[in-house]
Amino acid sequence: MADHGIEGYNNSGVSTQLVGDYQFVDHEKPWRYQEGDLTVTRGSAWSGPGCHDGCGVLLYTDKDGKLVKCEGDPENPYNGGRLCVRCLDVPEVVYHKDRLLYPMKRDPKDRGKDKWERISWEEAVDLVVDKFMDIKEKYGAEAVVFGQGTGRDIAAYITRLCWSFGSPNYVLFLSGCACYLPRVAGFAATAGSFWVADCSQEFADRYDNPQYQVPETMFVWGNYPLRANSDGFYGHWVIDLMKRGMELVVIDPKVTWMSTHSKLHLAIRPGTDAALALGFLNIIINEDLYDHDFVDRWTYGFDELAERVQEYTPERIAEVTWIPEEKIRAAAHILAESKPCTMQWGVAVDMTKEALPASQAIAACFQITGNVDVPGGIIAPPEILNYAGGWGRELCPEETWKKRIGLDKYPLLNFGFQIAQPDELRHAMATGKPYKIHATWLQQNNVLSCMGADPTEQYIGLMNCDFNVSVDLFMTPTIMATSDLVLPAATFTERDGIRVGDGCQRGEVINKVCQVGECKSDMEINLMVGKRFNPEAWPWDNVDDMFSAMLTAQTPFTFKELREKHPVYLPFSYRRYETGLLRGDGQPGFNTPTGRIELWSTFYNNAGMDPLPYFEEPVPGPGSTPELLDEYPLVLTTGARPWSLFHSEHRQVQRMRDLKKECNVYLNAETAEKYGLVDGDWVWVENIYGRCKSKVEVTNLYQDPRVIACDHAWWHPEGDPEKLYDSHDLNVNNLLPGIPGKSGFGSNYKTTLVKLYKVTPEDDTNGPFQRDNYVGQALTDRVAEAVAATKNK
Amino acid sequence: MSTADMINPVEASFGLLVNYDWCTGCHSCEIACQMEHGMPVGQSGILIHDMGHWPIEGDTWQFGYLAAPTKMCDTCAERRGLGKVPTCVQHCQAQCLEFGPLDEMLKKADHEYQTVFTLAEK
Repeated sequence: MADHGIEGYNNSGVSTQLVGDYQFVDHEKPWRYQEGDLTVTRGSAWSGPGCHDGCGVLLYTDKDGKLVKCEGDPENPYNGGRLCVRCLDVPEVVYHKDRLLYPMKRDPKDRGKDKWERISWEEAVDLVVDKFMDIKEKYGAEAVVFGQGTGRDIAAYITRLCWSFGSPNYVLFLSGCACYLPRVAGFAATAGSFWVADCSQEFADRYDNPQYQVPETMFVWGNYPLRANSDGFYGHWVIDLMKRGMELVVIDPKVTWMSTHSKLHLAIRPGTDAALALGFLNIIINEDLYDHDFVDRWTYGFDELAERVQEYTPERIAEVTWIPEEKIRAAAHILAESKPCTMQWGVAVDMTKEALPASQAIAACFQITGNVDVPGGIIAPPEILNYAGGWGRELCPEETWKKRIGLDKYPLLNFGFQIAQPDELRHAMATGKPYKIHATWLQQNNVLSCMGADPTEQYIGLMNCDFNVSVDLFMTPTIMATSDLVLPAATFTERDGIRVGDGCQRGEVINKVCQVGECKSDMEINLMVGKRFNPEAWPWDNVDDMFSAMLTAQTPFTFKELREKHPVYLPFSYRRYETGLLRGDGQPGFNTPTGRIELWSTFYNNAGMDPLPYFEEPVPGPGSTPELLDEYPLVLTTGARPWSLFHSEHRQVQRMRDLKKECNVYLNAETAEKYGLVDGDWVWVENIYGRCKSKVEVTNLYQDPRVIACDHAWWHPEGDPEKLYDSHDLNVNNLLPGIPGKSGFGSNYKTTLVKLYKVTPEDDTNGPFQRDNYVGQALTDRVAEAVAATKNK
Repeated sequence: MSTADMINPVEASFGLLVNYDWCTGCHSCEIACQMEHGMPVGQSGILIHDMGHWPIEGDTWQFGYLAAPTKMCDTCAERRGLGKVPTCVQHCQAQCLEFGPLDEMLKKADHEYQTVFTLAEK
């Protein structure tokens, strides 16, 4: 089974079978050249600061080796010379006065106080090694957790550090791993690999490539790509394609530039995406709009799916999703009748509790309509390194591997997923059960401000540890609150590297052009520390050799060779299910047990899960807990991205902050009037779990007065460090309990029920985190309590 | 600038063609300009203007942005001397800006929702 599950996807090299020709770009100049007084270095912007994309950039340095400008690289087909505001402004980040410049330690009794002592790298590394090895000896390697923030450039190196140390507890502290992984799983479980919208990103000549076809329609589902640039998808490709004739269908509770330039906008109730997809399937199947030839030859379980979707009638789905029935019908017809039809989705799909069946249902819409692996449809991008899988799993001894937190509760984790379950780990750190966690290594991770649900429980868990290490660019609320040692990380301009990220992987390098303080790259830090933990696992003399080893496992290029040729496009072709290139055994078909796209998933069935997609009402919510609507009448969604801020980054970067000054809650005029609120009022946004402070922006972009939205990941770097930069007041995650889906994947970040009231001088802070007698939000059944309370009234 | 300058402005030889139905409001032009010319926060040779957003009828909305050069625009003369396009034009993510001799830009402005700004090299 495992050979055909996600583990197969990770390890068999299926989607990394690089057969065929590499494509190159003609360069006028070498990778580094002189332009007047300035040196120009070509490379990729991957990351931090910034997003998941890794755009092609030209970095300009002066004769003193100072970075003076970052521009888009016009020769790089990925972004075609364009760049967003964050990378344009990267020099301001690099030389920001608040950068961490050297290692610092703090006495654990002074956690939360601004009492740091500068130390040398040698002392810092010795400290990590002494503490971690001591804990390993006393309690076992599993007592040390390695946690990363958002999945940018860090996954390969932190997984290797974790596993080579011997710990099975590598984690993203995001409830239900609710970013990317549920979508990966939803596709992998049914079609054996991850699929993305085909925007010609696999071709060096892009839209002009004769094999490529512009999609007739793109469904943009739970994502605003223009701002989000998620998962290796350069958002403005959507604009490029619209200029070439592509139409849009936008599924988003918010009115946006894209929705108002679309053929159809479905303003969905947050958290009901699975229902909408099942409604589409109902219509497409019952009205016989699906691709019979493809379904007959290449799918498995169609009859079971057809039976399942019968309960999701368009009438019912209209009620559930708050989208008019005629719009749902129209969208289903567009989906089935557009040739080809593609789909760009986002975290809104992951950030619902039952995210796996949601992903599965959405995927099925595009599978049964024959849009898989065709030009302009959805494609499985070839890879150099499986990004979702980590690097070096074999380094963790089997006996410790079995102690991975969450395995007993969520058997799906046994099917190739290589992470600890974040919510179970959060509980374990707070409660000491099933065993105590004694230390953490947090890298690119501001868990108390950004990704972690139930920040109080996260805080308690970290405070329970004997020793916490953070690696970051800037001081953060998480570091100030809980760390004992902080290591200063380099930005992408200060390091060498290769881009092996999510989405479309290219042969691209990151080139170091400057040095700031004593900062080192995450890769260099992990190589240095890893060598001390486990020298055999880190046999390379330097990071360039390490990158070459990663590259030459799959491609003919060393790091230095790739640097000359960058960007290199990996071999790619369409309809690989016909040519045997999607399976490790070279047989035609998909990388699943049946060799077909499994609309009825053998994989989920074997993991004890429902093999077919389904919808469950989000809890709490208008569909599941109508009793709570009197007290908490508004549906809140969170996490939409502004142009200039990436998660909890950039708040101290003036050019970026000038474009987005404060944490806002967005209400329409009717809602604002009802609550007596006007633009600029500070309000508490509160639900049954907790509350956060936010500044009102009255807008007509949420047309439904029942829906409001709140910015995420806010803190005030200009604020008091010992009040944790207001993070605990501003963090919308205070309202999110971190209860994952049945599989352990997915979590309701995108929907809850709230009320609003004004902040007053007497009631303007949540105060410090409370440790005493705190029971994690997910450990109490507050929904049942709240519902019962309404009945007693 | 004196009144005399305003009555007799410098002759414009260049145009910035803005296809503003494609402008997504991403601000790349502004920040690219600030960085190219070392301008302080909040100042730029080009600014994005919110053209408002309101429903007109059904799902038809007015929703858009317009990029317009300010007095600080120098047409990126130095940069163009190196054979490059102005930095706002290069970095515009929606690629809705075009720069060139005024007559060429005027010829291209023959569709709805375009405008040409006249510019003199500084």
